[in-house]
Amino acid sequence: MDANHKMSNTREPQVSDSNSNVQSFIQIKALSKEFNGFKAVDQINLDINKGELFAILGGSGCGKSTLLRMLAGLETPSSGKILLDGEDITEWPAYERPINMMFQSYALFPHMTVEKNVAYGLQKEKIPQSEIDQRVKNILDLVQLGTFSKRKPDRLSGGEKQRVALARALIKNPKLLLLDEPLAALDKKLREQTQFELIKLQEELGVTFIVVTHDQEEAMTLASRIAVMKAGKFVQIGSPTEIYEYPKNRFVADFFGAINIFDALVIDQDDTQITATFDQSELTLKAYTDKTINIGDKVGIAVRPEKISISKDLPEDSNLTTSKGIVWDLAYYGNHSIYRVKTESGQIVQVSTQNQKRSSDHLVEWNDEVYLSWEQNSSIVLLD
Amino acid sequence: MKKRSTAMLTIFSFGFAFLYVPIFLLIVYSFNDSRLISVWGGFSTRWYTALFEDEQIIDAALLSLQVAAISATFATILGTLAGLALTRMANFRGRLFFTGILAAPLVMPEVITGLSLLLLFVSLQELIGWPGTRGAMTITIAHITFSMAYVAVIVQSRMLTLNRSLEEAAMDLGGRPFRVFVDITLPIISPAMLSGWLLAFTLSLDDLVIASFASGAGSNTLPMVIFSKVKLGVTPDINALATLIILVVSIGIAIAGWIMFRQNKSLSQQNT
Amino acid sequence: MAESMTNHQQAFGDLLWRRIVIVLPYLWLILFFLVPFAIVFKISFSDPIVAQPPFTPLFDQSQSFLNWFQGSLNNYLFLLEDNLYWVSYLRSIKVAFISTICCLLLGYPMAYYIAQSAPTKRNVLLMLIILPFWTSFLLRVYAWMGILSTNGIINSVFLWIGVIDEPIQMLYTNFAVYLGIVYTYLPFMILPLYANLERLDLNLHDAAADLGGKPLQVFWDITLPVSLPGVIAGSLLVFIPAMGEFVIPALLGGLDSLMIGRTLYDEFFVNRDWPLASAVASILLLILVLPMVLFQRNQAKSAEETS
Repeated sequence: MDANHKMSNTREPQVSDSNSNVQSFIQIKALSKEFNGFKAVDQINLDINKGELFAILGGSGCGKSTLLRMLAGLETPSSGKILLDGEDITEWPAYERPINMMFQSYALFPHMTVEKNVAYGLQKEKIPQSEIDQRVKNILDLVQLGTFSKRKPDRLSGGEKQRVALARALIKNPKLLLLDEPLAALDKKLREQTQFELIKLQEELGVTFIVVTHDQEEAMTLASRIAVMKAGKFVQIGSPTEIYEYPKNRFVADFFGAINIFDALVIDQDDTQITATFDQSELTLKAYTDKTINIGDKVGIAVRPEKISISKDLPEDSNLTTSKGIVWDLAYYGNHSIYRVKTESGQIVQVSTQNQKRSSDHLVEWNDEVYLSWEQNSSIVLLD
Repeated sequence: MKKRSTAMLTIFSFGFAFLYVPIFLLIVYSFNDSRLISVWGGFSTRWYTALFEDEQIIDAALLSLQVAAISATFATILGTLAGLALTRMANFRGRLFFTGILAAPLVMPEVITGLSLLLLFVSLQELIGWPGTRGAMTITIAHITFSMAYVAVIVQSRMLTLNRSLEEAAMDLGGRPFRVFVDITLPIISPAMLSGWLLAFTLSLDDLVIASFASGAGSNTLPMVIFSKVKLGVTPDINALATLIILVVSIGIAIAGWIMFRQNKSLSQQNT
Repeated sequence: MAESMTNHQQAFGDLLWRRIVIVLPYLWLILFFLVPFAIVFKISFSDPIVAQPPFTPLFDQSQSFLNWFQGSLNNYLFLLEDNLYWVSYLRSIKVAFISTICCLLLGYPMAYYIAQSAPTKRNVLLMLIILPFWTSFLLRVYAWMGILSTNGIINSVFLWIGVIDEPIQMLYTNFAVYLGIVYTYLPFMILPLYANLERLDLNLHDAAADLGGKPLQVFWDITLPVSLPGVIAGSLLVFIPAMGEFVIPALLGGLDSLMIGRTLYDEFFVNRDWPLASAVASILLLILVLPMVLFQRNQAKSAEETS
């Protein structure tokens, strides 16, 4: 059911800057942050729509947390602007912004009960106590923590703490909720469950979410759009499918799961259509790039392991890209198998196949000579 | 944010000056030729000469050093054992009480500790004839008692950060408890023991009240002599003495700091 | 056979080692710390006599218990009747309390500042706070005599600038006592506070600011309550010893700056009334038991929290 929900959501590829004519809910303009000459965030531009669940993905030290903290008002930008609902909030202090954050370590106040933690934000708004009590009760019920209201944080499990932190950040009805590695501190099983709960909650409340994470799986399952960040800049912005199927460069391709990259030489070029040779194969395909490619350029041809077929005989379809090699290694994972095939040029290619039938027809074995083949449009041209 | 940290820096600097200006002034005064603090009589080292000719001060300093060295050593042994008992011995009977009386000397007003120890010595003398006279011996016992708590606290906190599995590994390899202590624990906690010793030494050297109670007629420690001199007002040769003490302490701290810095460096190198 | 012998010996050795570790320090503390208090308590019930030692024998069996008891509350009754002691106790509490507040007001920002500094700078600053502690306490108190006296540096400077026409009496006043106590015990306040503030999770500040807390509110709502164990530890580490302080009132205080430590010292050394001094000490101890227990519990609790 949850899977269905994910599929039905607006997750088809969409072009990232199609909404330039409508004013976006959040506009980040040329935002930079320098620490002693080091550019943690470098000229970032980003538009996020109302109700979107947006993920910023990157390794540690890529500047994603600094960006998040600038949105929260906890860090002052060196230059640039942040607009929320058309209003310039760049200079607003954290405590005046209608933006709340869920911290990575949760940052629950250790001396306050769950109830007091959650009520804190409302108390700062001088809301009557009776209303506070009601809203605290409602939100604690929403995150299923009603019975824990009198507990102190040190007597909660990781998942409970996470939900308190979420409730505390949501109770003020923020226009924007920032989540810093929301699932990192949970164990694997709890993480998967919480993931779906988060999406459900976000859809129910309609609050705009920005999630920062280093985990590509988390980003893909949670977000409707992802920005991949590296060294203070966005490398690519797009839907999970876009980013997975059409990575802009080697960094993005590598970041999202396994991928085989062949070094190739461009021998012909017509607009975005290029012909390249590698490994004795020749291939014509469309390159998704705004950069111009010239004949003689060296490019990378990338293909995901699950897109490759493995067979003992040469496939007859001439439209397929093929390569020949020897099975170097294979691993059986139950639902799928992974083969590592050494091509004639010596490159190891990873192939993943679904085990749809019982293993009796498990034909390919160690040291078998095999053909690898994939459809032309499964290949991706990578320039850098 | 900026404004707040400026205010903080101001308070910090003020507090800092508050701690150091008096010490600095003592050093300046010690070179003042004039006996009066209000007058600068020119640079002079005559108070240092006077200091070294004052036999009462020399004798008292020697007694203090002797008491401090012996009491620090015993306090380190006992304090280390106590720290060990609290961190490594499974719950023994009276553990809570032990923790209590071990920590009590840390906060006990000196007048009470001093008075009670004197009354103990007097009563013991009455009962068993020991100690015959009160002097270096009784002061030393008194100082061991109140400074072992400090050593215990230092050793205990080191033991708590010490990875227990080191000792368990040694025991697993066949080490008997005592050997494990000597081979594994002792080398690791020795820096803590050294700082404990230094602290006990300093506390002993500095103590006036407990020593006044515990000593008999005729045996005066350095603080007792200093106190009797300064009770009546500012005395220039005490300024000189203070300067010397500050000098020795600063050198000691610098050496200790240097050793610690080098240890930390080699530790962090090992870790990487 | 031989093997089992050595096994026995080894087991005996292990036990012996365990005994030594626990029993040696335990016995020492009982003999030289606990028993003395019992003696103080006992002597506080005896009568002073002109002899050596100057109190009636401790282990006199000739009197019946009742007689002894009636006769021996004298010291306590005397303490109740004589204003001197009341005033001394109350003044000590007042001086220790106000000094503790001053130490807290000065020490908290200092500890906070150190805790917020870069880690390398932090250790140097901390070292500089501890450094005076290693130089003689007595001499540091003495240093203030030269600063505060009528011909001292403060008066000289003020006279020179023309702020005052004649020297102000600062030495031998209550002001000097407060100053001396704050000066001496400030590091005792800063160190436990620092230890606490250093561990403070700065995300808590960010979270509170994010939820709408203004800087000062964040301090009241989060920083202060979370650092409360440090505040308690530091305050008690100042209050308890300040309460029984002798040297500072003796050197910097005037004749009227009576504090109980000094009264006890004088009762003992000047009046040579040992039983009365013991009674004074017993009551002082009674007053301090509460803060001492509080301190112990606070320490145990924060040790539990950190582990």
